[in-house]
Amino acid sequence: MKAVRRLGGWAVSGAVMLLTAYPPNRLSAQDTSAIDRGVRIGIVYRPGVRPGVVVLPGRAPALDSVRAIVARDLDYSDRFELITLPSGDSIRVATAAPAAAARSGAGGAGGPGGGAAAASLNYPLYQALGADFAVAITTAPPDTTVVTVHDVTAGGVRREFRARLPALKDAGFRLAAHRFSDQVLEATLGVAGVAATRVLLVRDGKVYSVDQDGADVQLVSSSDHQAMSPAWAPDGRRFAYMEFWQGHGRLFVQDVATGKRAAVATTGQALDFTPAFAPDGKTLAFSRATEEGTDIYTINVKDGCCLQRLTVGRFSDNLSPTYGPDGQRVAFVSTRAGAPQVYVMAADGTDQQLFAPFDYGVTGASYAPDWSPDGQSVAFHRDVGGTYQVFVLDVRARSVRQLTSVGRNEDPTWAPDSRHMAFVSDRAGYRQLWIVDVETGRIRLLLPHSGARLPAWSPRLAETTASTP
Amino acid sequence: MKRFELLVLGSLAAAAVAACGGGAKPEPPAPQANADSAAAERARQDSIERARQEELARQREEAERVARQRAADSLAALGHTSEAVKTLLATMIHFEFDKSNVKPEDIGVLDQKVAILQANPNLRIRIAGNCDERGSDEYNLALGNRRAIAAKQYLVSHGVDAGRAETASYGKERPLDPGHNEEAWAKNRNDQFEIVSGGDALKQP
Repeated sequence: MKAVRRLGGWAVSGAVMLLTAYPPNRLSAQDTSAIDRGVRIGIVYRPGVRPGVVVLPGRAPALDSVRAIVARDLDYSDRFELITLPSGDSIRVATAAPAAAARSGAGGAGGPGGGAAAASLNYPLYQALGADFAVAITTAPPDTTVVTVHDVTAGGVRREFRARLPALKDAGFRLAAHRFSDQVLEATLGVAGVAATRVLLVRDGKVYSVDQDGADVQLVSSSDHQAMSPAWAPDGRRFAYMEFWQGHGRLFVQDVATGKRAAVATTGQALDFTPAFAPDGKTLAFSRATEEGTDIYTINVKDGCCLQRLTVGRFSDNLSPTYGPDGQRVAFVSTRAGAPQVYVMAADGTDQQLFAPFDYGVTGASYAPDWSPDGQSVAFHRDVGGTYQVFVLDVRARSVRQLTSVGRNEDPTWAPDSRHMAFVSDRAGYRQLWIVDVETGRIRLLLPHSGARLPAWSPRLAETTASTP
Repeated sequence: MKRFELLVLGSLAAAAVAACGGGAKPEPPAPQANADSAAAERARQDSIERARQEELARQREEAERVARQRAADSLAALGHTSEAVKTLLATMIHFEFDKSNVKPEDIGVLDQKVAILQANPNLRIRIAGNCDERGSDEYNLALGNRRAIAAKQYLVSHGVDAGRAETASYGKERPLDPGHNEEAWAKNRNDQFEIVSGGDALKQP
């Protein structure tokens, strides 16, 4: 019965995708804002087809915040139907359930032994509730947190993770909890999540960082100089950004853990801006505005040497470089054809050509490209009728499609899964940071603060960056 | 006999008077009167002298005050000129949306700056281009740079040494008017002219 329903669901979804989306594999959704829920074009958002997951309530209240974080992460992954149970009732439901013969503890959720010993669950009940997976978060003495992933359909434990979580107030606590979420995603669907990531942003001339779920906003820039354009290094341990110094733009590379920073060599004599790390982690591309105009340069930030000029546009501006994941190509903005548009070149500056197609004199100006980590897409924003919308370029097909339509949307930045994207939007009345899942079109607010802009989504953050305060 | 007595009496009286005068040693009225008049004369002379001195001092002070006043007046005048020149120098020029070409109505403003720079050979300036909030954040840095370059090229092509004007851009990061309407945007699309050095006492061109 279940299989039939499933099969039907996939068939329908396939039909919907064929009818509404091209290309059919990814990036097939339009912007679906809750504010404009009256109009939906080409939506492939199909609740019920995605697997259901339930985060089981438990007896140890100390873990409530971990459960809340994991449940929210799984929801924000946009890959599950999250089944929420009112906590008190669900425990009673679980304990009163008759089917689980080898039950130990409250539905396996609060068993002191944790893990496989208390793993047996009232599977038929959760299956009836629509869950394909159930996640139990318990403790094992003395201070280990155990995350058990149950495969409800198969009626057994799929995987179990153990970790010693930092204290609740510790800087690494939330990232450790986020890492559990990514492990659950890996164990259930076999895909890498983006829960353990952060987003850098600019607000009031300062650089802040925030967890991808919108929590834990931290000021990371330390000087009084006005800052812009943060950009992550591929290791997730450093980031570059620009500061105004006496009418000049100086670039810095700052260590996330220590907060120490170093000025990038040769910068500060001109207006240097829009830094972007190459995948090698030591080459930094940036724009330099001089009295000849604006051009793209690279410098080796590891050795502080080897300044190289990639573009020469005496009568045009070239700016906003972004590397493809193989480091071989750089997409950038150029005004060589009049209005700014997105171009691409080899990493040494050769073979410059148009990247995102446009109709001369018709298509609006295009800005701020960001190459997706999987290399398949370049997101940017383009002028549409006097306001900006986020577009996505399919790198292989060289075709462009519009992703947003509500309000003014700009400066997109890809998550490491190349599926989620943070961007600036004034759809709620003022400029805020939002996140869109380009596959389902689901949109959520990242930060309620107004005036947040220039977001930069981190790579997946390594263990060591989590625990260092 | 009687006459003798009178004489004796007279002489005695005279002697008595003489003895009396010499013995009592009263201040002789004549010398006393003479000393008083000398002192008075001296005092009179002193007071005249004092008055003269005071008058001189007053004149000196007045002269000094006038001189000071004149100096102050001329300094103020000088400062006023300098301030006026500074104000002229700081006059902004404005741009159309997403454009960096100098508008014909701003040519006069730039010509004034050429004249000021030529009248004040030590003056160095910075031209900072600015944009309104509608453009893209990062692209506006390049656009502001273009606007600064446009003004500088005008100055240089009219005889100003290129080394005396540097360019900068703040994009849309430092709006003069925080409003969200065309009036504010028009104000914020500008070139601003700041003094880098040599701006202490500017001469009128």
